Amino acid sequence: MTDIDPQITGETMPAPGVAPGTLHTEDLLVNMGPQHPSTHGVLRLLLRTDGELVVEATPHIGYLHRCAEKIGENVTPVQFVPMTDRLDYLAAMNNNHGYSLAVEKLCGIEVPERARYIRVIMCELNRIASHLVSFGSYGLDMGAFTPFLYAFREREYIVDLFEATCGARLTYNYLTIGGAAADLPAGFLDRLAWFLDYFEPKIDEYNRLLSYNYIFVKRTAGVGVISAADAIAYGLTGPCLRGSGVRWDLRRCVPYEIYDRFEFDIPIGVPGGTDDIPPEVVVGDSWSRYYVRMLEMKQSVRILRQCLRQIPDGEYRAKVPRVLKLPAGEVYLEVEGARGQLGFLVVGDNGPIPRRVKVRGPSFCNLSIIPHVCRRVLLADVAAILGSIDVVMGEVDR
Amino acid sequence: MTAAEHAVGLSVQEIASLLQARFADAVLEVDADSKHPGIRVAPELWHDVALFLRDDPRLRMNLLRCISAVDLHPQPYIEVIYDLLSMRPPASSGGPSRDLWSCAGLIAVRVRLPRDRAHVRSVADVWPTANWHEREAFDLMGVTFDGHPDLRRILCPDDWVGHPLRKDYVFPTEYHGIPAAAGGVTDGAGASEDH
Repeated sequence: MTDIDPQITGETMPAPGVAPGTLHTEDLLVNMGPQHPSTHGVLRLLLRTDGELVVEATPHIGYLHRCAEKIGENVTPVQFVPMTDRLDYLAAMNNNHGYSLAVEKLCGIEVPERARYIRVIMCELNRIASHLVSFGSYGLDMGAFTPFLYAFREREYIVDLFEATCGARLTYNYLTIGGAAADLPAGFLDRLAWFLDYFEPKIDEYNRLLSYNYIFVKRTAGVGVISAADAIAYGLTGPCLRGSGVRWDLRRCVPYEIYDRFEFDIPIGVPGGTDDIPPEVVVGDSWSRYYVRMLEMKQSVRILRQCLRQIPDGEYRAKVPRVLKLPAGEVYLEVEGARGQLGFLVVGDNGPIPRRVKVRGPSFCNLSIIPHVCRRVLLADVAAILGSIDVVMGEVDR
Repeated sequence: MTAAEHAVGLSVQEIASLLQARFADAVLEVDADSKHPGIRVAPELWHDVALFLRDDPRLRMNLLRCISAVDLHPQPYIEVIYDLLSMRPPASSGGPSRDLWSCAGLIAVRVRLPRDRAHVRSVADVWPTANWHEREAFDLMGVTFDGHPDLRRILCPDDWVGHPLRKDYVFPTEYHGIPAAAGGVTDGAGASEDH
């Protein structure tokens, strides 16, 4: 770095009339967003930059605020399920599921066995679909266009399965209070089995394509390191927490639904050099967070295979009264969504409409660590860090 | 129930007793059997209780899951609910362990504040994640968190008037000259959309 033209650095050749050593530079404020491809939606980061260095990053959110919680306390739970689709719109099934579970707990509704399996199938499929988008768009952020096309090709099979089930491709309104809105269509399980056989080897292919790619590793390994202690203190959950080496997953640690019936592992970030992890990798860096998602897709495939073996015949929905009266009282329930712990607080008021619905969007908490991590990092690394945290603004702004 | 077996650790009753032994007047109510078991603490002692909950080796409530503010209108109260969880690392913490972390306790801590003067000490210094949760409760419910490092609106625009999640919130009819339909679609706004 010694042969840089001194005129460019401005250090040895100050502007005319400026005494050497007295030239001071001013921090430059850069707006990253709200319309910026790598912010994955309408997020605005206000960056205070010193040359290429980001001194401070301040997220400004709320551009996608649609008053979801206010709507929640003006409609019945069944009417609110479509609204949950629009929170984390890349994993809408998981949102449907979380809200339904909370309302069922409040009302004491028992869900039939088959419906529970349908729910796990849908949630795990949606987790794969969501991680695929994350994988593809992260490649895009890092300047690799090809993985995005592969990711969307695979996601298309899942979206087709969803479309065959409920007619929708993004906002499903399928898992609902008491079970599911309809039974699985004919041939669904065969198509799912075919997809799993097709998809599982693809994950290794994508690891070769992107995960171990030299440029990709250079861009992400060791960048944006979050310690386990910081991750917990900032309320990070999901792949972001596990990337920091914390083997914590609600599906195993505080099981809900029927997740205690399945065998699966909880992948975490591990130091570089072990197994096939590139040597530059540090636990808690962007690469680890990204790679945890790749490994999780394999575990979701494992869960889905077990579902295929275990799913019984029977009812797909419990008998839920047409006007569901919510008893006075409150519940708070969290599920492991694609991005972390998705929580719903529902306060009943002896009527059909809840007094309060509060959503804990995992992306909201995960995003709040940005000012802490994006301190004295390179401008280009902000996109690497943000992409690895994988936020969905619908859930941040609600 | 397997779910109950996994959520081992301290019960709400045990946590409440630990708190009562340490702070005589802090715990106002123990609600161990409801669907959302927790305790209600005195707002003025909440910050001390929070530090104790986080740091006491028997509790170690390291994860603040959520802060929810609930308007109890027509009762003159706003309740702020802090959902806490204790994530316990596996016993063999040397090297990359195959072991899972475990849940060593779950509790909801409630503080009840008067609606017209909803003030409580911020816990953003105890759990950094509280920073944004408290900003949200301030923005949407109008709870002021004293000692918060940066108490600004977070979801609504900075110049928004009122706190939308309050039960007596009056919907605005316009924003910066842009008319807003209040209480359903007004004919003027709806008709111009149709082509």
